[in-house]
Amino acid sequence: MKTDEDRPEAPGLYVHVPFCESRCRYCAFVSGTRLDRMPRFVEGVLREARMRSWGPEPFGTFYLGGGTPSLLPLPLLTALVQGLREALPLDQAEEWTLEANPQDVTREHLAAWRNLGFRRLSLGVQALRDDLLKSLGRRHDGAQARRAMRLARDQGCDDLGIDLLFGIPGQGVADWTETLDEVIAFRPEHLSLYALTPEGRTPLVRAVARGAIRLASDAVLARLYRAATDRLRRAGYLHYEVSNWAIDAGHRSRHNRRYWRRVPVLGLGPGAHSFDGARRWQDLRSLEAWLRRLDRGLLPTAMEDPLTPEQVRLEVLLLGLRSLEGLPAAMLGDSPEARSRLGRLIARGLIRQRGDLLVPTDRGMFLADGMARLLA
Amino acid sequence: MENVRNFSIIAHIDHGKSTLADRLIQHCGVVEDRNFRDQILDNLDLERERGITIKTQTCNLPFTDADGRPWELNLIDTPGHVDFTYEVSRALASCEGVLLVVDASQGVQAQTVANLYLALEHDLEILPVINKIDLPSADVDRTRSEIEQELGLPSDGALLVSAKQGIGIDELLQAIVRHIPPPRGRSEDPLRALIFDAFYDPFRGAVASVRVFDGEVRPGDTIRMMASGKTFRVEEVGVFRIRREARPRLQAGEVGYLIAGVKSIADTHVGDTITLANRPAAAPLKGFREFKPVVFSSLYPVSSEDYEALAEALEKYQLNDAALVYQKDSSAALGQGFRCGFLGLLHLEIVQERLEREYGQSLILTAPSVIYRFTLTDGRTIEVDNPAHYPDPARIVGAEEPFIRATILAPERYLGSLMRLCMDRRGVNQELHYPSPGRVELRFDMPLAEAIFDFYDRLKSLTQGYGSFDYELLDYRPSDLVKLDILVNGERVDALSMIVHRDRARERAVQACERLKDEIPRQQFKIPIQGAIGGHIIARETIAPFRKDVTAKCYGGDITRKRKLLEKQKAGKRRLKVVGDVEIPQSAFIAVLKSRDED
Repeated sequence: MKTDEDRPEAPGLYVHVPFCESRCRYCAFVSGTRLDRMPRFVEGVLREARMRSWGPEPFGTFYLGGGTPSLLPLPLLTALVQGLREALPLDQAEEWTLEANPQDVTREHLAAWRNLGFRRLSLGVQALRDDLLKSLGRRHDGAQARRAMRLARDQGCDDLGIDLLFGIPGQGVADWTETLDEVIAFRPEHLSLYALTPEGRTPLVRAVARGAIRLASDAVLARLYRAATDRLRRAGYLHYEVSNWAIDAGHRSRHNRRYWRRVPVLGLGPGAHSFDGARRWQDLRSLEAWLRRLDRGLLPTAMEDPLTPEQVRLEVLLLGLRSLEGLPAAMLGDSPEARSRLGRLIARGLIRQRGDLLVPTDRGMFLADGMARLLA
Repeated sequence: MENVRNFSIIAHIDHGKSTLADRLIQHCGVVEDRNFRDQILDNLDLERERGITIKTQTCNLPFTDADGRPWELNLIDTPGHVDFTYEVSRALASCEGVLLVVDASQGVQAQTVANLYLALEHDLEILPVINKIDLPSADVDRTRSEIEQELGLPSDGALLVSAKQGIGIDELLQAIVRHIPPPRGRSEDPLRALIFDAFYDPFRGAVASVRVFDGEVRPGDTIRMMASGKTFRVEEVGVFRIRREARPRLQAGEVGYLIAGVKSIADTHVGDTITLANRPAAAPLKGFREFKPVVFSSLYPVSSEDYEALAEALEKYQLNDAALVYQKDSSAALGQGFRCGFLGLLHLEIVQERLEREYGQSLILTAPSVIYRFTLTDGRTIEVDNPAHYPDPARIVGAEEPFIRATILAPERYLGSLMRLCMDRRGVNQELHYPSPGRVELRFDMPLAEAIFDFYDRLKSLTQGYGSFDYELLDYRPSDLVKLDILVNGERVDALSMIVHRDRARERAVQACERLKDEIPRQQFKIPIQGAIGGHIIARETIAPFRKDVTAKCYGGDITRKRKLLEKQKAGKRRLKVVGDVEIPQSAFIAVLKSRDED
């Protein structure tokens, strides 16, 4: 078991790698398939890293997400990591995560990623049934996913995270629990289970609008979620955020907890989001526009959002209700209305009070947005 | 006095009264053309939007006839709705003649008839005006024959006008000076001036619109209000020409305004007679009447912290509307508020809209109620206009509710649905007339309570806008009344309670529950909604809880998106009320008062 981290308030670094072999039908993240632009992208990230004036405090976490970071050829990935280490105080980061697609997981890659410093692997398994994977537009099949998990374990990866989707049209409760059981058998240190959600301008959204696809109802999603929650609890996992489980408290995602605890995170790359404690900003989403701006020596910021105290309060509230981080009970005030609202949520088993903190229950987490509306 | 003419325009809604007034004002050069705003007399936004006149406005029109003779015409605008018949009657009492406007494409309507009777009561000269003759659907001959047959007026003298196009306006002005008699009255007699309207000017206090019948009044005079007995010193008199124009005096026969440092509009009661304190008239002019509210509803601020602001707004509003009465009220669901009395349902809507629009209030209204009478076991009879005061049923030996005589005029093809509506609303003593081919007049007695609950809207939709409705109060009749309570999550929402006839209780309960089910958003738990008489549940709906109410991902950019959404939702929450653990939006309280269109 990992010990709890030493510097929980040290900022995080996120680098967004906007490349994929092909676009999945449900994914709204910034990504493209022009892999020939990878070298320029790496150059751009390094330039941005040097330009962003960021305090001297060393980063506590480093997360390489995407897109598909595992798609980066090793020389480019190496250049990226080395460049970042030169530009930013990254050496003390305790958690290095790399997102990978199962089809990219090879013996060679695993060793190289590990040598570069990525001890934590986040694997986009999504599902194990071939037909479901195909309907999502994933390029891997169930066999590849199983092989990737096994290989990671065989090669000594001791910090493995698995992403799964539920509520995929055609997926029943039985399929879902079977998949879960199979994944649990690998004893991954971390699990992210996401309800399939129509977002942005994706083929999934269009298919739903056309009526070509019928998404799972909220009642079905709740059943699948409940099934997963029960199973993972029995398997000893800690449900620490709406969609996230860890094998123990030490394996909660240190990087993602920074988002939920509102610890600063510097984001680099097209569409990446940053937060410095007072402001949030996002980089330009288009790789071309992002690169052009950097080529001209300008910061590729698309929008910047300084936060008012009230906005900070709402963030604390909505984030706190989603995870075991919870929120300070004092922030709800002690008006009779506020007390009665909170009392109701506690009485209905959606929130518990833990000392000075209010913490959502398993059931409460699946209603977190409604609770935030109620308490805002 | 010989060169003065006082007249009013009466018409059914939409028959073009305001447009005609505009043209007369324009033609007489009171405002320059380029400054002209359409329907200049209807200066409340609300009136412009609805196309009806609520407050009377008056205008003095200088006119020179074909012979070069100068005239002073006083156009007295009248409110156009049944709720304001008293104000109409005072305005008409100030005139010697009326222009009776009939739409050439729609013909004579119920209100035209009602207004004609009012004009006849005041012994006024009536000039029929056929308007909108430019419309392709205009049928002047048919309109003429309706004027003769339904109104019993000679139609050969009817003037043909298009107010919109400005056709026939000069001829109309010539006819006014020729046919409407000059005012009578003696300038030497003690002052008698009728207040036919009043409004509040924040700088000058109450401004009374008056018609001087006898005597004269000047600045410096000390006047006495004959009904209230209060005295005031006149600061200014003059005439309205859109703006106020001061004059040295107002004499017998003239129409104008009077400012006398009156701080409250309640002291310039419409219908009161003004005389001089040191030389009083022997008797006031006839026709004074206290305002008598017939419809009651409670007003609550959407957020309870706005109570003081609402109190202030009501106080200010009342300066301009002496007909509104109110007192404090309170509700477990809605907190502190006010019980208000209105002249009718339209009056209620006007007060609500003006408080919201002009005074920035966000309001929740309770179901309108009439005044019910209950006879109790101890022999006492009490009047109840608020469901909160419904007596213990064990003590009630008899109950009565007010009835009205309703008159509906509509094209004959709607007769079937109108009869059904009348039956649905407990109408009795139906009478049917065919005032002209293809048109039917339906009269019946019905409880006032039925007329104030979504009746006019239903009528309009049933007749596709062609039906007109008028009513007069008749008497109190025995009735089987119960108190219907609405329970949300097991708790009574006192603001939704209503007194209803037993036969209508279930229907109203079902309707209220359905409406609330549609309006109350799902919450984290199941919400039962019930209608009950005493402990007896007569209707029930259930709002299913959320099963899932969260987005799956919340990383860097999701936080901003989610926070922005929450900011919006929070802004909307000011309009929620919490009852029995349930957040009820303001719209739910309003929706309960509306019935769904079944057709």
